[in-house]
Amino acid sequence: MIEAIGRRAVAAVEAVGRVGHFLMDTVRALPDVATWAGPAIVQMRRIGVDSIPVTLFIAAFTGVVLALQASYTFTGAVPMYFVGTLVGKTMMLELGPVLAGLALAGRVGASMAAELGTMKVTEQVDALETLAYDPQSYLVVPRVVAGTVMFPMIIAFAIATGIVTGWLTSLVLLDLSTIDFLKGLKLFYRFKDTWFGLLKSASFGTTITVVGCIVGLSTRGGAEGVGKSTTRAVVYSAVLLLLLDAFWAVVLL
Amino acid sequence: MIEFQDLHKAFGPKTVLDGLSLKIADAETLVIIGFSGTGKSVALKHIVGLLHPDAGDVVVDGKAVSTLDRGGLTTLREGIGYVFQFAALFDSMTVADNLALGLRRRRLPDEEIDDRVREALALVDLSGTEDRLPAELSGGMRKRVGIARAIALRPRYILYDEPTTGLDPVTSAVIDRLMVRTREHLGVTGVVVTHDMRSAYTVGDRIAMLYEGRIRQVGTVAEIQETEDPVVRQFIEGRAE
Repeated sequence: MIEAIGRRAVAAVEAVGRVGHFLMDTVRALPDVATWAGPAIVQMRRIGVDSIPVTLFIAAFTGVVLALQASYTFTGAVPMYFVGTLVGKTMMLELGPVLAGLALAGRVGASMAAELGTMKVTEQVDALETLAYDPQSYLVVPRVVAGTVMFPMIIAFAIATGIVTGWLTSLVLLDLSTIDFLKGLKLFYRFKDTWFGLLKSASFGTTITVVGCIVGLSTRGGAEGVGKSTTRAVVYSAVLLLLLDAFWAVVLL
Repeated sequence: MIEFQDLHKAFGPKTVLDGLSLKIADAETLVIIGFSGTGKSVALKHIVGLLHPDAGDVVVDGKAVSTLDRGGLTTLREGIGYVFQFAALFDSMTVADNLALGLRRRRLPDEEIDDRVREALALVDLSGTEDRLPAELSGGMRKRVGIARAIALRPRYILYDEPTTGLDPVTSAVIDRLMVRTREHLGVTGVVVTHDMRSAYTVGDRIAMLYEGRIRQVGTVAEIQETEDPVVRQFIEGRAE
């Protein structure tokens, strides 16, 4: 029993050490712009542009539901223009970044872990090293940079989409005028709402891509190993994303 | 020159290399033979620093590989071509891009890269496959692309990891001829890991047998063929006992 606990403790410390080492290697590879700049553009398209449909789809329906639930809660108690306040604040501060982040943890984290995991088990990562490439510069940094840069952009679109669908819902289904919706939207708006959401999104992008890369590059054992890595990347990303969400709320709000 | 100096490597409780010492002279092709799982590929990976030894070292051109920093390792790897057991081609890239990737790293002009890609593919009789993806090639063709990728770098050393494993006898003979042709044309030093004795006799100047983590016997092809060491004899004759 004690031996088992000891083994787990040692494994946990080793894992933390490996992650620390990985992060240091990634930072050390950052100045090698000539190597990572080209692949980063490719990754920006994959992570960013290709993720827009699924993210906007989620955001659109979130905006609709938010408006309807706000109306349901406020009727008879709170002026209806507060629907705009709730839709705007919630999309910017919480649901936009978190829901889009969770969707991207599945889409981006899983595909990254699967791709790098396959490269690892088929010795493509070793081949890259023998060709004098640093896998950190060629594989990891482009993905992390792309995730950190593109997540805020995608999530900004998602927030805008959620607010627009919330406004359209208010207009069509709640008989709320555009002027009232905008009045509510502007009522408690602070510039911090915008940068808080975008900062959070950037941190989600960094986390999801780092997790995808670490898990992918530590894959062992063929197809089964790749499958396990993919699942692991999604679970770890989702858990870390929620922890980060709480962290930013405690630190910045 | 490549020299294994008392190399030790274990994975968990399993000792794989247990004091491997061996010298590979310039311009020779040395074949390392041995039973499956005896650490032949592990030894090869130490030459390019893909694995770190537990003790001992590999010395390449006077430099101990395990002591090199990242820059030193990059310089070392720029002089070595590595042919992987299953080719390890980048499956999202075309054949031409697979060959060009290592050359781009060396910051060569585009025209020279194109020339070298064409030349290397011609040497392995695969001209015209530039735009194909690895998934569209047969196993033998993939191995030849792997060799072309190494040749295109014009390295001083080429390391072949099980180059004929899983291939039919005719394709194996084609790969053997290619390795011989590579040495004759480019004058490179070769290290070949294999358990295919026909291939070993065809391409090797010398053969070394790895057994229980160290070299059991090393000698010319004729010396190995005439050996009286029972373990080596059993291996080269492919006897069950």
